[in-house]
Amino acid sequence: MTELRDHLMALADKAVAAGDGPRHPAPHPVNAIMTSHWTEAMGDRNPAYTGQDAVAPPAMIQVWSMEGLSRDPAKEFRRAMDDVFDALDQSGYTGVVATNCEHTYHRYLSMGEELTSSTRMLDMVGPKRTALGEGYFVTWNVTWFSGDEPVAEMMFRLLKFQPLRPVEKVKREPYPLTPAVNGDTRFFWDGVRQGELRIQKCGACGELRHPPGPVCPSCRSAERTHIVAGGTGTVYSYVVHHHPAVPGRETPFVVAVVELPEGVRMVGNIVQYPIEDVYVGMPVRVTYQEMDDELTLPMWVPIQEAV
Amino acid sequence: MSSLSGRTAVAGIGATEFSKESGRSELQLAAEAVFAALDDAGLSPSDVDGMVTYTQDSNDEIAVAREVGIGDLSFFSRVHYGGGAACGTVLHAAMAVATGAAEVVVCYRAFNERSGRRFGQPNARLSGEPSSQGLEMSWHVPYGLITPAAWVAMFARRYMHQYGVTSEDFGRVAVAMRRHASTNPAAWFYGRPITLAEHQASKWIVDPLHLLDCCQESDGAVALVVTAAERARDLRRSPAVIAAAAQGSGSGQMMMTSYYRDDMSGLPEMGVVGRKLWEKSGLSPSEIQTAIIYDHFTPFVLNQLEELGFCGHGEAKDFIQNGGIEIDGHLPVNPHGGQLGEAYIHGMNGIAEAVRQIRGTAVNQVAGVQNVLVTAGTGVPTSGLILSQG
Repeated sequence: MTELRDHLMALADKAVAAGDGPRHPAPHPVNAIMTSHWTEAMGDRNPAYTGQDAVAPPAMIQVWSMEGLSRDPAKEFRRAMDDVFDALDQSGYTGVVATNCEHTYHRYLSMGEELTSSTRMLDMVGPKRTALGEGYFVTWNVTWFSGDEPVAEMMFRLLKFQPLRPVEKVKREPYPLTPAVNGDTRFFWDGVRQGELRIQKCGACGELRHPPGPVCPSCRSAERTHIVAGGTGTVYSYVVHHHPAVPGRETPFVVAVVELPEGVRMVGNIVQYPIEDVYVGMPVRVTYQEMDDELTLPMWVPIQEAV
Repeated sequence: MSSLSGRTAVAGIGATEFSKESGRSELQLAAEAVFAALDDAGLSPSDVDGMVTYTQDSNDEIAVAREVGIGDLSFFSRVHYGGGAACGTVLHAAMAVATGAAEVVVCYRAFNERSGRRFGQPNARLSGEPSSQGLEMSWHVPYGLITPAAWVAMFARRYMHQYGVTSEDFGRVAVAMRRHASTNPAAWFYGRPITLAEHQASKWIVDPLHLLDCCQESDGAVALVVTAAERARDLRRSPAVIAAAAQGSGSGQMMMTSYYRDDMSGLPEMGVVGRKLWEKSGLSPSEIQTAIIYDHFTPFVLNQLEELGFCGHGEAKDFIQNGGIEIDGHLPVNPHGGQLGEAYIHGMNGIAEAVRQIRGTAVNQVAGVQNVLVTAGTGVPTSGLILSQG
């Protein structure tokens, strides 16, 4: 154990001693297109990031030196601390979780600036016992340069850990309101577990039917198939349950009769919506909720109407 | 085939007190009510040869017979579907008497519905077994749609939406029932009338139903004695002749959750009952002086008035305006206070009230009663009855 630690620490010391790594050029200059995508994704509407004299959002700094998805192995560069990471992986510290990230910005970046970045390992601490398992905290610094001028820095720390042996999955508290299921209805419950809202369809005459049953009342056929519903509907009627308390449920809650465009009705809960805003005729779509390890129930959420 | 109409009668009625905690077993309640009904009719236990109750009653016919001292039974039957059985017990008894299967049949319902198993409380076992009813419940119970109030509220919301009915319209039913109960010493709500404002202010049970839209939960028992009309005329009391009795179930019927029919704003099973009652009795709604309309929840009183033809579909809200169903209205409904006001004995106490109205002995007696219509539990397969002078 001590031997392993000594070996890992020696590698870490070496990487720290190596100091600043070489400056690697960013794949693209600071540019408006990338900035536009980033601000849109972040919902950042600061006008400083658009127009003639646009600057790049400082928090984007890491974006400029990212390699992209299809890396060219020939162009890959190794950092001094990659030897440390390889050794940790080989010693069973395969888990990784980022724990800290601090940015420092020296100035705004303008469009067209070409950046380089350099990495320096700061330290490694460990082994530490954590909730995830035993591991080492590795900390490094990245500095971005425009020409020779440092423009931003980042301190990054992560935990490399030995994942604890996967624990037996904790059984969830069984949901008390279970449906009775038999051969006539199992297809429905199997369906919701797979994220499918199934409607029984007569194998002979094609009539759709919910709730399902063993014999088609239209043509007497016992041949049964099903279709998968489109997953939308409208509230045909609904109630808000307040009293008495219902096992497995928090009151108040909404139960609705939902009319499906396929021509059948189903009962289900309206969820993720203010109770007082539910109304007859409200458009909804299906979602699924795991109630316990066995049971999944279809539920309904409103389809937000365009503002 | 000969008609049942007019051939049989209710010759005796009996009941225990109505309470929230009877303090005795359901079997004892049943025995007490049967004794009272036989005493009322002037018959003895040895005269009884038939018994009918609800499938939900926990007292076997033979157990009640043992307690009461009833000997040989040549007819016993049970009627299914909760409170929908009420008038059905009288239909079964009348058929047995008319066909000679039995001569004197006792119908009874006894429970500690408040101090024992309360129907208003969630019961996860409703969807526990893959029986046809368990499977039916399985489309509803997992979503927490598990109490009678909730099942009825779902119909009520659609009915409100379709016909512009309001919670205040439901409230007018509650106010009428509590007004009647307030002058009935046997009623739990004796001396306690309510206002529409109190109805509106009462807490939500299952929106759109307030607390005061829901009937009470009661302990108690009621029994009836059914025999041939001819024999009844020679007994202690003037008979309440069974002019018609019927059961009814509609297309797409379920227990409380018939949400999959084209129209969800009516009670077609009560329409079936109504058509049978009018056809068999030869009577029409205008010939009914007072009606006992099953009132476990206020909205279904409106639906029933429509299904029975007292008014058109969607018109009940107007029919009940201005005290229309109160004791001095154009159709007094539940002069005893109904299940909202008197007690919830699964509709059996309503049949007893109908008999009193025919006899002219009710505490809130309607003048000139010739014919009384009675209904049973709604939202389920149900039943109805017309009792007449004679």
